[in-house]
Amino acid sequence: MRALVWHGANDIRCDTVPDPEIEHPRDAIVKVTTCAICGSDLHLHDNVMPGMEKGDIVGHEFMGEVMEVGSEAKSALKVGERVVVPFTIWCGECDQCKRGNYSVCERSNRNKAMADKLFGHTTAGLFGYTHLTGGYAGGQAEYVRVPMADRTHIKIPGGLTDEQVLFLGDIFPTGWQAAAQCDIQPTDTVAIWGCGPVGQMTIRSAILLGARQVIAIDRVPERLAMAKAGGAITIDFEEESVVERLNELTGGKGPEKCIDAVGMEAHATATLDSMYDRAKQALMLESDRAHVLREMIYVCRPAGTLSIPGVYGGLVDKMPFGMAMNKGLTWRMGQTHVNRWTDDLLNRIQEGQIDPSFVITHTVPLDQGPEMYKTFRDKRDGCIKVVLKP
Amino acid sequence: MAYYDRSSAGDNLARGLGWFSIGLGVAELMAGRSIARWMGMEDKTNLIRAYGVREITAGVGLLALGDPKPWIWSRIAGDAVDMATLAAGMKDNPRAGNARIAFGAVMAATALDVVCAQKLHQEEAYYRSLPVPDYSDRSGFPRPVSAMRGAASDAPVGEDMRTPKILRFQPAQSQSANS
Ligand SMILES: NC(=O)c1ccc[n+]([C@@H]2O[C@H](COP(=O)([O-])OP(=O)(O)OC[C@H]3O[C@@H](n4cnc5c(N)ncnc54)[C@H](O)[C@@H]3O)[C@@H](O)[C@H]2O)c1
Ligand SMILES: [Zn+2]
Ligand SMILES: [Zn+2]
Repeated sequence: MRALVWHGANDIRCDTVPDPEIEHPRDAIVKVTTCAICGSDLHLHDNVMPGMEKGDIVGHEFMGEVMEVGSEAKSALKVGERVVVPFTIWCGECDQCKRGNYSVCERSNRNKAMADKLFGHTTAGLFGYTHLTGGYAGGQAEYVRVPMADRTHIKIPGGLTDEQVLFLGDIFPTGWQAAAQCDIQPTDTVAIWGCGPVGQMTIRSAILLGARQVIAIDRVPERLAMAKAGGAITIDFEEESVVERLNELTGGKGPEKCIDAVGMEAHATATLDSMYDRAKQALMLESDRAHVLREMIYVCRPAGTLSIPGVYGGLVDKMPFGMAMNKGLTWRMGQTHVNRWTDDLLNRIQEGQIDPSFVITHTVPLDQGPEMYKTFRDKRDGCIKVVLKP
Repeated sequence: MAYYDRSSAGDNLARGLGWFSIGLGVAELMAGRSIARWMGMEDKTNLIRAYGVREITAGVGLLALGDPKPWIWSRIAGDAVDMATLAAGMKDNPRAGNARIAFGAVMAATALDVVCAQKLHQEEAYYRSLPVPDYSDRSGFPRPVSAMRGAASDAPVGEDMRTPKILRFQPAQSQSANS
């Protein structure tokens, strides 16, 4: 089959690889009808996430048709059913899964020993996302093996297009959880850094959850325009001071809720800490650029909440932790517990409360994927979200 | 926004100059004395070492992610300082010949820097000239935003995702811990 394969920094290719097979009775094989490139894939493309190996198939936002089901998954899944696959693999039986903390499932990471060493305790297995989270083959491919498939799926009823439901597997619940874990009150100002696909979903979620004021920060004009369409007041961080504007918009008190939808590849701004990060990263003394985190800590209202869906991979430096501690900030973060939210969100899509396909700007065949990684990363051609058709 | 493309021709040249900067900087830092002696400018040893630090900084900046333009301009400014130092050092210098060779080398590097800066600015101008697509109609909502605000305030959100009541920013009267 054809699949997008990681070969190193800036080198993802469309290769011919062996078809996946059932390896465990809980597996299923899904024929991918639609998949997408996620901002998290860019961290792999740019090689800033540790733990990739040459030959790994990437992609974790995908959906399709069930082709084959292992004996232990048969009660939950049938051949021919249409499913979106969540990017977090979960067992449904461990203590974490029982609490709904699927992204930290204790049993789905087959490289648990390695993850235990690196993170202290393992997190869930993920599709197409480094050997630290299991090294499972990803979904930017014609076929995918889905482990623990009796749990790891979202069934899709008829009458909805792939484009409407695809993002249930990742960015929609990610934006939703980012907003939900802020426990938004009707009086709240929610500031969101980053107007990429995750930021866009977060903006819509914060509006639906009732925020009084949503403020979105980025520098790419068309992304800011899309943020505005979704109900956000926008700040272009290259044209204006983020801290000043946020204080202005909140009567000098700062936003109650701050969300980092940027992650470890934050753009350098003309501030000292950004220059410092860039230099350290180039010398390989630091892996993640944390400009957004620092800005959030600084501007957030005391006793406010920071929510961090943006992905970090390793070490950050010069963290103003004293400021965070003294301000009594609450931190909420993590990979998304996808299946915790998807029944409710699927309902909302069916009822027509939201149509997540608004974010798609490019649809191309799978073999054009490698070029689209670059278009998406460099924000060329008005690109916000790329959908691939195997 | 400042456009840059980390795989363009201009960018590749910038990276090359970044490595060159680091190489030169390390040489100036480690071998500052020998370089100074060769040019007959031994009193400038510490200055040359300082220039080495400057070169390394510019090199790291050019190799790091992000916009290379400011770093290329910093290199051009640095080249000018180098040339001024060399020109001043040529007076009454028995080794002025060597200093002149160094001067020529700096001039060649400057020419490359200027070409690189031009390329990068041309690329930016090109990106800026591309039309910005209009996404102002992509709200994702079926009705105006004002009608959607709070439409999901009944959503099932687990207690573990909630902020303790006392930490919620509600209108003042409901804030008291005892109420
Ligand atoms: N927690 C999860 O489960 C989960 C799921 C999906 C994605 N993610 C993460 O969410 C993040 C965003 O994903 P995406 O798909 O939207 O990617 P993206 O790269 O398209 O979006 C990032 C946006 O941030 C903007 N940005 C960069 N520096 C900034 C700064 N200093 N201030 C404000 N904005 C800045 C960029 O211009 C860009 O528009 C990534 O880190 C991704 O890994 C997390
Ligand atoms: Zn993702
Ligand atoms: Zn589990």
